[in-house]
Amino acid sequence: MNSTSRQRVLLFIFFSIAIVFILRLAMMQLLDDSYLRSAQENVLQEQTIYPARGLVYDRTGELLVYNDAIYDLMVIPEQVKELDTIGFCKVLGITYGDFIARFEKIKRGVGYASYRPSVFEKQLTIPIYAAFQEKLFDFRGFYVEVRTDRKYKHNNAAHIMGYIGEVTDRDIEKSFGYYRMGDLKGISGVERSYEDVLRGKKGVRYVLVDSKNRTQGRYKEGMYDTAAVAGKNITLSIDQKLQELGEQLMNNKLGSIVAIEPATGEILALVSMPTYDPNLFVGRQRGNNYMKLLRDPAKPLFNRPLAAPYPPGSIFKVLMSLVGQQEGVLSPNTTYGCYGGYHMGGLTVGCHPHGSPLNLRGAVAVSCNAYFCNVYRTVIDNLMYPNSETAYKKWYEHISSFGVGRKLGVDLYGEGTGFLPPSTYYDKVYGRYRWKSSTTISLAIGQGELGITPLQMANATAVVANRGFYITPHVVKAIDDKPNPNPEYNKKHWASVDTPFYSVVIDGMQDVIERGTGRIAAIPGITICGKTGTAQNPHGKDHSVFFAFAPKDNPKIAIAVFVENAGFGATWAAPIASLMIEQYLTGNHTTRKYLLERMLKGNLIHRNDTATAQTIKH
Amino acid sequence: MIQQQPKPSSIDWLTIILYLVFVLGGLLCIYASVYKEDHPFIFDTSMNYGKQAIWIGISLFIGILILFVDEKFFYAFAYPIFGISIFLLLAVLIFGTTVKGSSSWIEIGGFRMQPAEFAKFGSALALAKFLSGFNVKFSEKKTKIIAGIICFLPMLIILFQNETGSALVFAAFIFVLYREGLSGWVLSIGFIVIILSILALLVPPLYIIIGISVLALLFTLVIRRNRQNLLAVAGVVLAMIAYVSIVEYAFENVLQAHQKSRINVLLGKEVDLKGAGYNVMQSKIAIGSGGLFGKGFLEGTQNKFRFVPEQSTDFIFCTIGEEYGFVGSVIFILLYMILLWRILYLSEKQRYKFNRIYGYSVASILFFHFLINIGMTLGLMPVIGIPLPFISYGGSSLLSFTILLFIFIRLDSNKVNELRGAFD
Repeated sequence: MNSTSRQRVLLFIFFSIAIVFILRLAMMQLLDDSYLRSAQENVLQEQTIYPARGLVYDRTGELLVYNDAIYDLMVIPEQVKELDTIGFCKVLGITYGDFIARFEKIKRGVGYASYRPSVFEKQLTIPIYAAFQEKLFDFRGFYVEVRTDRKYKHNNAAHIMGYIGEVTDRDIEKSFGYYRMGDLKGISGVERSYEDVLRGKKGVRYVLVDSKNRTQGRYKEGMYDTAAVAGKNITLSIDQKLQELGEQLMNNKLGSIVAIEPATGEILALVSMPTYDPNLFVGRQRGNNYMKLLRDPAKPLFNRPLAAPYPPGSIFKVLMSLVGQQEGVLSPNTTYGCYGGYHMGGLTVGCHPHGSPLNLRGAVAVSCNAYFCNVYRTVIDNLMYPNSETAYKKWYEHISSFGVGRKLGVDLYGEGTGFLPPSTYYDKVYGRYRWKSSTTISLAIGQGELGITPLQMANATAVVANRGFYITPHVVKAIDDKPNPNPEYNKKHWASVDTPFYSVVIDGMQDVIERGTGRIAAIPGITICGKTGTAQNPHGKDHSVFFAFAPKDNPKIAIAVFVENAGFGATWAAPIASLMIEQYLTGNHTTRKYLLERMLKGNLIHRNDTATAQTIKH
Repeated sequence: MIQQQPKPSSIDWLTIILYLVFVLGGLLCIYASVYKEDHPFIFDTSMNYGKQAIWIGISLFIGILILFVDEKFFYAFAYPIFGISIFLLLAVLIFGTTVKGSSSWIEIGGFRMQPAEFAKFGSALALAKFLSGFNVKFSEKKTKIIAGIICFLPMLIILFQNETGSALVFAAFIFVLYREGLSGWVLSIGFIVIILSILALLVPPLYIIIGISVLALLFTLVIRRNRQNLLAVAGVVLAMIAYVSIVEYAFENVLQAHQKSRINVLLGKEVDLKGAGYNVMQSKIAIGSGGLFGKGFLEGTQNKFRFVPEQSTDFIFCTIGEEYGFVGSVIFILLYMILLWRILYLSEKQRYKFNRIYGYSVASILFFHFLINIGMTLGLMPVIGIPLPFISYGGSSLLSFTILLFIFIRLDSNKVNELRGAFD
């Protein structure tokens, strides 16, 4: 090609592009009138459609948590023009200074852009919302976004439900653009652990608004909109009636109740006292109420059943009986005498008066300290092992296999480990090879350095009830009608004690209720197997402890009750557990009126801060 | 230096008039797009339009100054100017101020300038000088390599400044190289492959086939219609259709979903309404709502409420489309085409190769800006921020385009009274 035809080729390219552009312009400006319509309606707003958060039901299908509409005042800073600032502040009830400060805050927010909506005022009250709606056209650039907040139908189970709260800047960054300023997310409890399930998926709606701030319709008939996907509903394993009774029984007391269905690991009730009304975490006062609860010396926000380490007391006698048999140093016929306690050298572990000597079943029934000290000694000083350390490690493994001293993996936030001292702990305290069974003898009766959470105790009780295994305790039974959503919660975890060794211990536990220390817990027609405990502790009077399962065959409920600084297990914990069992198994807890009355009225808050430790309810 | 003043008659007044129309029209558009009722005065220097008016003044002054510079100056100082522009580009990499994510600005006493803008005529001058030198034959490999370095070295540095748009403009020199002897195959294959790849993903295949056929028919009108040429055209059309099918197949069947989505967003096919997609959507609403005659000066509702971000700079064409409608837009495009045609026409008449190459560079650079900028506002090109020459707000850009163009006008004004023809 010669040079002039090269010039022509270039001109051809230039003009071709020009023609393409002109055709495109013709298409857009002459043939397609949707742009014109969009422009006439002229303000495009990106509105977030908040999905309804999933509802929460109890195991019987009773609704526990639902949603309530709230109204947030949003602003698109770029579109704010000729604002009657004084009038605006008046409607909102804020000062001009607040107004400026708020804009400054918005501008500093994560992900701020002048053409995107930001929250100007959260959760308008209904009167302000109404007043605002009337004048909305005066306040260009502002609009009201409808969102949902939580409502808790019953004012209880706060520690299971948890609460929702505003996302932090860190949450926003970590969520890869999902959360935005002012969004709510689960902060604790089920709301937190099932946040991904409950929150659903936000939608976006592009709306055209005219210059008077009136919505004119969808942009491009909603072509770019995405629908919000509602959160999934959750069915808890909690029995609302049982939970409610538990909280009533524990009123004016400090402590915990955990009830588990042994066969499934489903938590039936989880009481933490003092508690609070979950509805305190709803609405505009969320932040203030949170601070109040946080400063309360009785620590109502602390989830005791999951995290509080208590000296376990008598549950350890049950575990000792099982471990001793498994280790081959104990049989149902093994007999020890008790002479007011366990004596060895200068060491004495006291015991209460009872018949002597005792076999294993009898020892469980009367909770003989001396007997279990002997068992512990034979386990640790077992000649099968080269030294106490090795024997202790074996013992540690056994106890640990019941879920003691470690997190079980419950689907709630804030689970604690409790404390089961490893052999290295004693190495540190006494030096290696310088401790033996007598040094650590208090472990035999569940005292000493031990700490067990009520959840762990209920779980260990479930192992006994199941004759050897547990399923990790959990509170969610179904998600959107799909049962057992988490395969982790279908697995059986076998403790290291073989099934045949359980029967004698269970018989002993039955004796506890029928003729032992726990007679007060007996319910006619139901065979309960239980054990009282009176846990010495450094914080004052002994804790009243009781754990049990029922019925004996094919158990439906395993329960652990801790009442702090309340004295004997039989006085408070056992009757409370008994009423709970009765309620769960028969649906009725009023057959023993005197007992119920006594429990409901019992006020065991000995401290001066009675006022704050009262259950905070509104 | 000021020895030979150009006679008024030797200056190409058509180009000057077009330049003035663009610059003043641009000022009106900027005025409309950032207009505020409380600042109605167009020379209000607190507003962008006031600032632009000052820049127009400065540009005109410098432009006129250029007309009085000896034309040999540009030939003699082509390499030093190129050297300085490269130096500035490198300096920016080290001392640059970051504006909107790109570190291409240099700040001197409150004034910001973008060396990338000035590198354009630096490269144009250097390329012209190099290719017009004695014994330089484009057919030689060495020549091609050096020419390539002159064009692509600044491009590379600018890419490091994160200014993809400005860097891309240097690809315009391909047109110049083509004119000077680069095989047409390089140009056409490269160009066609790019266009077809984009089209294949954007438009249903049937439209592409129709489009290709129509263009092929148009093409046969400008070439000699002998049998050989017609067969070649037919072959090319078939090859293109085959290529489009392959691209489409590969896109659908080879790439994974997220890769497809990324490409779709880049192509504007999947709208990312929160990012760059927002600008394009608003820009399309603005232009599309203009209708046949437009909404009139200062009547564009889209710009009144300031929906199109960057409207006075990269999206200035929205104002034209919205306020002057289809008629106004087409007139603008045609005027732009006349300018390009005029520059190419004048270039071919130059006695000196230097002048011609420089002229082609000017036209190619202007065309490339036109292509990418307007393509972007119409949603045909990905969002790449480069200004529309003479129209967009921005001092650096206006000044550099003025210098670029006026050097050519100056060079051209000598063709009549110069007879030496030493380098032709």
